[in-house]
Amino acid sequence: MTYINLTYGDLVLPALLVVVNGVISLVLHLKLERQLAWATARMTVQLLLVGYVLTFLFAAVSPLWTALAAFIMVLFASREIVVRQKRKLQGFWTYGLGAGCTLLASGTVTTFALLTQLRPEPWYHPRYALPLLGMILGNTMTGISLGVDVLTNGVVRERAAVEARLALGGTRYQALLPVIRDALRSGFMPTINGMAATGLVSLPGMMTGQILAGVEPIEAVKYQLLIMFLIAGGTGLGTLAAVVGGARLLTDHRHRLRLERIDGEPG
Amino acid sequence: MLAVNALRRLHITVSFELNDGECIALQGPSGVGKSQLLRALSDLDPNNGFIKLDGISREAMPAPAWRKLVTYVAAEPGWWGDTVQEHFATWDKAIPLVERLGLPPACGAWAIRRLSTGEKQRLGLVRALLLHSRVFLLDEPTSALDATSTAAVETIVAERVATGTSVIWSTHDGAQARRVGSRLFLMSSNGSIEEQAL
Repeated sequence: MTYINLTYGDLVLPALLVVVNGVISLVLHLKLERQLAWATARMTVQLLLVGYVLTFLFAAVSPLWTALAAFIMVLFASREIVVRQKRKLQGFWTYGLGAGCTLLASGTVTTFALLTQLRPEPWYHPRYALPLLGMILGNTMTGISLGVDVLTNGVVRERAAVEARLALGGTRYQALLPVIRDALRSGFMPTINGMAATGLVSLPGMMTGQILAGVEPIEAVKYQLLIMFLIAGGTGLGTLAAVVGGARLLTDHRHRLRLERIDGEPG
Repeated sequence: MLAVNALRRLHITVSFELNDGECIALQGPSGVGKSQLLRALSDLDPNNGFIKLDGISREAMPAPAWRKLVTYVAAEPGWWGDTVQEHFATWDKAIPLVERLGLPPACGAWAIRRLSTGEKQRLGLVRALLLHSRVFLLDEPTSALDATSTAAVETIVAERVATGTSVIWSTHDGAQARRVGSRLFLMSSNGSIEEQAL
């Protein structure tokens, strides 16, 4: 197993490529240079910080610190979910739905993988738990935000159709079923497309990273397959929970549509 | 009999009784809350108050079951499928009513997006009438129809009323209110209703 160590000095030359992008922006008046500089600085600081935090966590191997790090990751994910919504739910559920479903899906799938496949010692070892959670979280977050976005937009757009079904004696789930199906399809699609393209169009980042770190390609592939299966499971579970939960929040126990629970929508 | 006691929805507060085989015509200026009242009776929007059908409180049954008995028919009905017949459990059962309302049996295969407003209104009414509800809450059911289709709708609803179905018929047409109603309610902007002489 060979691994080529990088020094900070080794990063200077590749960083010049970003400077080239900045020059292109200046020459062509794209007005992206400030954004580019800010994004580059942010990324560098964030990644370095994460590096030090992970170093600390890996040394500590503490269930408390690991759980705290996981909790913060879930909070950031739920914030991302809300930011991506065109129409936001009101009150606690603005963040509660995304955070709850992300935690449920990512937590369940990560714990499942740690306890049954990877079995590190201890099982919550942050070297395994946090990268695994991070990868599952990122994809689950995308599925959930797409699913909830399509659900809320669909219910507002299809209000007359949904209410027609309710008026004719349909239950809230019968009335919302077409919108729920659309929302689930949208949530699942990136994962399905990702799985279909993996290996042909792109080499996944984790697998590439392992290969660069000296792991045999076929071993890296096994890890990648495990991750893809976990991502598929997490995204499916999270999107289902968020879309069905969202449908429940947008109706009430008397099977009435409650669009006033979406920010800015009249009742 | 539908007994409504202190029903409240937004600015609306009403109490009245609707007997079996009775049609109440509901009139009032636009925006006064006629649709809101009809929707609240069918429990489609949050509301307070007591409503009983034949002595049974609506809270005693699931809301979908209530709406199959006390059915709201919107002036502009909604559609969830691509073709007409997707909206009917059995299209064959709809054909006699469809024909009486001046549409061909083949309209079952028509695309919803190609229907005119009047065609949608007639088909929406047929779809609701097939439920054989105890009470129909008709929200301007002929607002997009010509005189012939309007007369056909009035005849079909009158037949249902004659067999014991109760109806509340919201309309802006005073002459229609007198034709179809056995009683006339006038709704005012403060959300109350007052019975008027026909």
